[in-house]
Amino acid sequence: MKKSAFSGIIAIMASSVIFLVPFAFILLTASKDQRQAARLDFSWPTEFHFVDNLIAVLKADDYLLIIAYINSIILTVGSVSIMVVLAAMVAFVLQRRAGRWNGLINFLVLSGLIIPPAVVPTIWVLDGLGLFRTMAGLIAVEVAFGLSFCVLLFRAFVATVPRELDEAAILDGAGPARLFFRVILPLLRPVVITAVVVQSVTVFNDFVNPLYFLPGSDNATVQLTVYNFAGQFGTQYHLLFMDILLVTIPPLIMFLFFNGRIVAGMTAGAIKG
Amino acid sequence: MVRRSVYPYWFLLPAAVVYGVLFLAPTFASFWFSLTRWTLFESHFVGLDNFVTFFREPALVKGFVNTLIYGVVTSGAKVVLGLLLAVVLTSRIVARGYLRSVVFFPVLVSTIGVGLTFTVLMNPERGLINQVLGAAGVDGPGWLTDPSWALLSVAAVDVWKGVGLATLIYIAGIVSIPQEYFEAARVDGAGAWANFRHLILPLARPATVTVIILSLIGGLRSFDLIWAMTRGGPGFTSDVIASVIYKQYQAGFYGLSTAGNVVLFVVVTAIVLPLSRFLNRKEVEA
Amino acid sequence: MRRFLTASVVLCLALTGCSAGSLGSSEDDGDGVTLTFLVDNSDTNRKLGEGLATAFTAANPGITVKVEIRPQGTEGDNLIKTRLATGDMTDVFQYNSGSLMQALAPAKNLVAVGDQPWAAQLDQNFTTSVTADGKVYAAPFGNYNAGAILYNRAVYARLGLTVPVTWAEFEANNAALKSAGIAPVVQSYGETWTSQLFILGDFHNVSAADPRFAEKYTANQVKYASTPAAVAGFQHLQRVHDAGWTNEDFASAKLDDAIALLAEGKGAHYPILSGIISQLAGTFPDKVDDIGLFAVPGADAAKNGLTVWAPAGVYLPASTTDAKREAALKFLAFVASPAGCDAQTAAAAPQGPFALTGCTLPDSVPQAVKDMQTYLSTPGRSSLALEFLSPVKGPALEQICVEVGSGIRDAKSGAELYDEDVKKQAQQLGLTGW
Repeated sequence: MKKSAFSGIIAIMASSVIFLVPFAFILLTASKDQRQAARLDFSWPTEFHFVDNLIAVLKADDYLLIIAYINSIILTVGSVSIMVVLAAMVAFVLQRRAGRWNGLINFLVLSGLIIPPAVVPTIWVLDGLGLFRTMAGLIAVEVAFGLSFCVLLFRAFVATVPRELDEAAILDGAGPARLFFRVILPLLRPVVITAVVVQSVTVFNDFVNPLYFLPGSDNATVQLTVYNFAGQFGTQYHLLFMDILLVTIPPLIMFLFFNGRIVAGMTAGAIKG
Repeated sequence: MVRRSVYPYWFLLPAAVVYGVLFLAPTFASFWFSLTRWTLFESHFVGLDNFVTFFREPALVKGFVNTLIYGVVTSGAKVVLGLLLAVVLTSRIVARGYLRSVVFFPVLVSTIGVGLTFTVLMNPERGLINQVLGAAGVDGPGWLTDPSWALLSVAAVDVWKGVGLATLIYIAGIVSIPQEYFEAARVDGAGAWANFRHLILPLARPATVTVIILSLIGGLRSFDLIWAMTRGGPGFTSDVIASVIYKQYQAGFYGLSTAGNVVLFVVVTAIVLPLSRFLNRKEVEA
Repeated sequence: MRRFLTASVVLCLALTGCSAGSLGSSEDDGDGVTLTFLVDNSDTNRKLGEGLATAFTAANPGITVKVEIRPQGTEGDNLIKTRLATGDMTDVFQYNSGSLMQALAPAKNLVAVGDQPWAAQLDQNFTTSVTADGKVYAAPFGNYNAGAILYNRAVYARLGLTVPVTWAEFEANNAALKSAGIAPVVQSYGETWTSQLFILGDFHNVSAADPRFAEKYTANQVKYASTPAAVAGFQHLQRVHDAGWTNEDFASAKLDDAIALLAEGKGAHYPILSGIISQLAGTFPDKVDDIGLFAVPGADAAKNGLTVWAPAGVYLPASTTDAKREAALKFLAFVASPAGCDAQTAAAAPQGPFALTGCTLPDSVPQAVKDMQTYLSTPGRSSLALEFLSPVKGPALEQICVEVGSGIRDAKSGAELYDEDVKKQAQQLGLTGW
């Protein structure tokens, strides 16, 4: 017991150094003035400029960061809600109905996890549909790329919902839509929460798709602002790290509230994958 | 039949449309456009020219080789470190919950943010890492500016960020091993090492397969971290296929960029599919 | 930070209504016209864009100009091309002149403005660089820029050095500087674009050796690797690294770091675009007159001269029509007028001469700009950069330069790789002879 307490302390210290120092560094640098931040060292701020830096970052480029936050929220909420509902519908039919299409569908679902999306052809398609450089287009892209994961997650869970419930609903005269939205979907609640949380973090943190499919400064998402600030602010590290800090907060909140759900979702999804 | 109408195929339709139009169609189109010189509006068939360029130009070949190195190194490191961490974090250790959280949290953080943070920490002259090494009397290399280190440094950050997920998967695997096995092993007088070697390692095999496959898929496709940290530099020394695709896209070489996409497609499927079949079959035999 | 804040404060004071930007994006109500104006996100160009917009609106109350920002570099190029191609461009936009402008398919995407009265006032070099198929497409935005070597005059004075006109003299100066403990050549590969100036800024020397180089280059009759005068730039880059003349942190330093080294006299030479002098003036106002400029030295002292970049242009896309087009033409006329020059001078200290007859520089311009003026006013001592004379420019030059300048690749192989890179560009553009 004593030995494990000792090794525990070692483990806590080691993990704190390796995993927490970078976050501490972000926080400290975001609190420094420009001169001190530019030294790039790991030190206590001589003066705290946290609020000044926060205001400066928010004001930069005509409040671009606030616009970017709004964009990111629209993107995340829009794409995650659509992808969750669509994926649940697919998983429901796929699990309940053994048809000759199932093999093909399963193959396509797995392809979605493995195949790297073809970038320029996707732009070409979006442009053809008039959706390139639009939020709607980016939402659709995120939905398309996120479906596979959700379908896999849901399918396993649908299997645990007894078929007798379907039969009972049908006897009550429910059609397929009512059966699904009134009976099945509410029962999927736990896994829906998991999918929503995991995919929200994924979409919120997504950098590549906004970079390709939603260029333009007015459309920036928060990840793009971080990337752009890195170029534009040059050596104004205090502002850059304030931005990084702000972008880190939403996942942190998700993590604090839904730690268990995220863990469940990532392991379940992963093992099925 | 009643059942037929209860689970209607039209439920698949909305998803199929989005997926088909924005994922499958571009994927199929990429095979054609990779054979053309393309401006988005006009395409001009050039045969295999783009692929020839891809495998002749040293900068692009480098990207190809680096992709393989990056994929193998990151997934290898995630398997080893993830398993070790999982063993530690399933043992009776104080602050287990805290430790699991700390290890896992980086998985959820913005890759760009992590990349830029480590770029600063790895600054050769003023960064924390070389400051600490310097205090210990070691002259740290230019992690991101020295061509022989750049790719590996990025890979290390990838492992730092991603090992939490591997650990999590391993924890799930280890926890699912029936306690009776450990009891029996203890009766046989097995030590910690024997436990690890003969119980955990074989029984956590499905977790290993998952970690390898997942991190290979992620590693071979990796773009954001590399782009945030080195942009493929110095020069072309840390380019991977995904960053080459982006650079060619930026340069307006859409055909060549798409050829890069096809190469990446082939690399990922040619490695991941046989590997996962192989690993899963051995699992059945074992 | 301070630079950024000052800029915003100045802007806010200058702007009549410092609006919350696109947050409360209220389109002008009533009979007013609002023009959107796309400008790249560099510090200076944003100030110029805002300054022009404000001054123009003050003079034309019915027309509001709203500045939008885009990224620089290849990312910005791509954005412009895509927006033009999809008919989604702002009402007017700022963009490079020269071959980058040629790549926009001007005949299809832009409105020719050569018939406007102000077109006759344009400087000849600028007119050349915004002409496609005999038609002029832009009003000048900003100033001439030079690809040259900024040097610390205080250091030169202290060590008794003189401005070199040949590479041999430059090497001798470097040796002296190094033994005095000063980094002779500052490089900043942390921002890759800054690596290219020994090649791009050497073009006057290349064309001095072969006046038809640009033309033959476009036609694929000469190559960088096989032309001694052209490969010299790559050799210089390699030489600077091999001789250990760079600052220690050359691999990770950014533009700001390099500026600090130069201004503080820890570094003596910085091969860069002269335009960055305004950034230096912002951070080190008391050092700006310590900084001078000389052309990249070449082989022949008699033919040495400055490589210049023509100002960017303000273009009118074909997608701007009717009342907006009329308003946009008014805006262009303002940009290409002495009042427009004054508005720019007020917004940001000029970095070089204007491209418009009738516009003069104030006496307060930095020493480096005065040095530049000397080259420009002497016939035969300046040339347009290659990118203004030929559409053939490879996208990977900056990475290649970093490799050569860091000792990863030698000069010869760098030049060969660049020739390959350029070939892709020429083929993509569908040029004949490739």
